[in-house]
Amino acid sequence: MTARPEALYLDDYANRKAALPGGKFSWVANLREEGIARFDALGFATPKHEEWKYTNLKPLVRTDFGAASSTVSDITQDCVAPHLLADAHCLVFVDGHLRPNLSRLVQIPADVRASDLAKLLETEPDLLEPHLGRVAQLDGQAPLALNTALMNGGAVVAVHGQVAEPIQLLFFTTAQDRPVATHLRNLLIAAPGSSATVLETHVSAGGGIYWTNAATEVSCAANSSLSHFKLQAESVDAFHLALTSIHLSAGARYQNFAMSHGARLSRNEIRVALTGEDGECQLNGVFLGRGRQHLDTTTMIDHQHAGSRSDQFYKGVLDDGAHGVFQGKIIVRPGAQRTNAHQLNKNLLLTPTAQMDSKPELEIHADDVKCGHGAAVGDLDAEGLFYLRARGLDETSARQMMIAAFIDELIANVTPDSARNHFSGSAAEFLDGDSSVAGQ
Amino acid sequence: MLEIRDLHVTVNEKPILNGIDLKVRAGEVHAIMGPNGSGKSTLAHVLAGRDGYAVGKGSVEFDGRDLLALSPEERAWEGIFLAFQYPVELPGVGGMNFLKSALNAVRAHRGQPEFDAVEFLRLVRTKLKQLKMDDALLKRAVNVGFSGGEKKRNEVLQMAVLEPRLALLDETDSGLDIDALRVVADGINSLRSPDRAVVMITHYQRLLDLVVPDQVHVLAAGRIAQSGGKELALALEESGYGGIDTTVGAAGAPTPSAAI
Ligand SMILES: Nc1ncnc2c1ncn2[C@@H]1O[C@H](COP(=O)(O)OP(=O)(O)OP(=O)(O)O)[C@@H](O)[C@H]1O
Ligand SMILES: [Mg+2]
Repeated sequence: MTARPEALYLDDYANRKAALPGGKFSWVANLREEGIARFDALGFATPKHEEWKYTNLKPLVRTDFGAASSTVSDITQDCVAPHLLADAHCLVFVDGHLRPNLSRLVQIPADVRASDLAKLLETEPDLLEPHLGRVAQLDGQAPLALNTALMNGGAVVAVHGQVAEPIQLLFFTTAQDRPVATHLRNLLIAAPGSSATVLETHVSAGGGIYWTNAATEVSCAANSSLSHFKLQAESVDAFHLALTSIHLSAGARYQNFAMSHGARLSRNEIRVALTGEDGECQLNGVFLGRGRQHLDTTTMIDHQHAGSRSDQFYKGVLDDGAHGVFQGKIIVRPGAQRTNAHQLNKNLLLTPTAQMDSKPELEIHADDVKCGHGAAVGDLDAEGLFYLRARGLDETSARQMMIAAFIDELIANVTPDSARNHFSGSAAEFLDGDSSVAGQ
Repeated sequence: MLEIRDLHVTVNEKPILNGIDLKVRAGEVHAIMGPNGSGKSTLAHVLAGRDGYAVGKGSVEFDGRDLLALSPEERAWEGIFLAFQYPVELPGVGGMNFLKSALNAVRAHRGQPEFDAVEFLRLVRTKLKQLKMDDALLKRAVNVGFSGGEKKRNEVLQMAVLEPRLALLDETDSGLDIDALRVVADGINSLRSPDRAVVMITHYQRLLDLVVPDQVHVLAAGRIAQSGGKELALALEESGYGGIDTTVGAAGAPTPSAAI
């Protein structure tokens, strides 16, 4: 009889738990224990689980991922520089560990606290306790449960005032001699009335097989405003599972834009709880796949209070035998009157072998609501392609121009310019065909 | 320059062109007229290389080369330009980027150095001025939300920038106001030169008053039913197409069975 695939991680936890950060504080130790117990009970999801129907974790489950070694890899300023926004405050993490010498934090304003979770778990647990493990719900989420047990790095960003410059979190994974898992845990906290822009960038140096298991908890207090962007450009052999859980209080504004074009298998899951009057979230995203890539976007918007709004628009571009998934669930709780919720998913399938599963799900328990959803799958417009070619663009350039235009509709909403260029540049590099083979 | 011989074209097995013969020499301006649905746009599309058309019989040579063997972009590089009857909207494609990409693609294949942003802007400004257009349209997505006349003027701007050797204008005059028609006509006339040719598809004499053609052809039921000088257009303006035999088998061409 073969061992359960979970056994590897249960052992890993048992061996390392004494050394994991924050262990001397009972609430941290308890949180980890709760996480591992939940992971043990749940096990990795299979396609029999409704929420994982279209994304089969088998290739991930079959790979033995160990912990990253603690030896510091030789990432230099030169490796990092191309991925950094010129005008941002930057926290650079290598294999989950903050590297202050690669980061750029000298000019960070006094009303922002940006630090390393591993460090704060040891030195300032009180700052974390009200949020960590409280925004994200462990129910049914084995990767999150495992993350909760093993988390040992990630960013904590707490914003109090109005922060004009973006705050960038760059997560770099280096090539190792064996498959390695990094359980990143991020915490974004927006104080009442504050505003900020946070950009996550996930890239690799040297490629290779690894698993980024990221969990991000976002807490937006009353009337705060947070723009949260994410670029997933992992190695083509990597696995990337990310769960971002967001709690919005009354009058809070949350904007998320995610671009995914890396990893062999990825899931970007976003769960938003709108808990007060006039809360608003806008989720946009673009996923680009080729080869045998699998890209899953799953959202869950929970309108818990009357008078909240949500708007989602995701676009996929799938080439070769790539497989895209969009699952968008909207819940309107009893009493959440005057809810306004919209969801749209448009996809380009560039070949007959590319595949897209798009599944909206509305669960509405109030009567005075405006909800709408739509999904479309199509090929590039033949008339448009002919028009471009008739003007002298070769077929490849014409197709690229039309694909870029298709996704630009969503990229165009990203501000500031530096962040928008970060995304359009990364998309162009991917569409030119030589990115995400990683390494450069 | 362009030599079309006995061209037969079907769309979804339906015969549309039933033996077109047409010869256009460098330096000439030809006008093609004819009733709605007679195949004028089909002819223009086939010359520009649009797919979905099956060429059953006949040949098209451009400078002695088999035009039909070339891709649409190769035809553009060789100097063929089609101003579309219905210009296509390209959401998200910025006008400037589009025009610059097109110009540089064409220049690269003509062995000319690419234009940088500054050189390109200088050229576009000159052309805009000649066509009495401002650059607002170029800041928008190509043709998206353009009025009918704006789309046509945008086609003419592209033509002016790309400087084709053979311009095919498919009802570029339709939908233009009187002033715009004059500007567009000036644009076409300024392109006239001994090594270039223009084929204008039009329904109206008013364009031919401003751009005087060397030859006028009437396309009816997929064939050139009549050809003549500029007087032919004037005569048609008087009498309409009533006097022209528009039945498919008229000139002894075999009647394709599918047409019945
Ligand atoms: N995809 C198609 N399927 C079937 N019939 C087609 C198709 N495309 C064109 N046709 C037919 O071919 C004929 C010629 O069309 P075409 O557009 O060439 O006419 P035209 O001479 O340009 O007319 P107009 O003056 O109205 O622009 C028409 O009867 C049209 O309906
Ligand atoms: Mg026509």
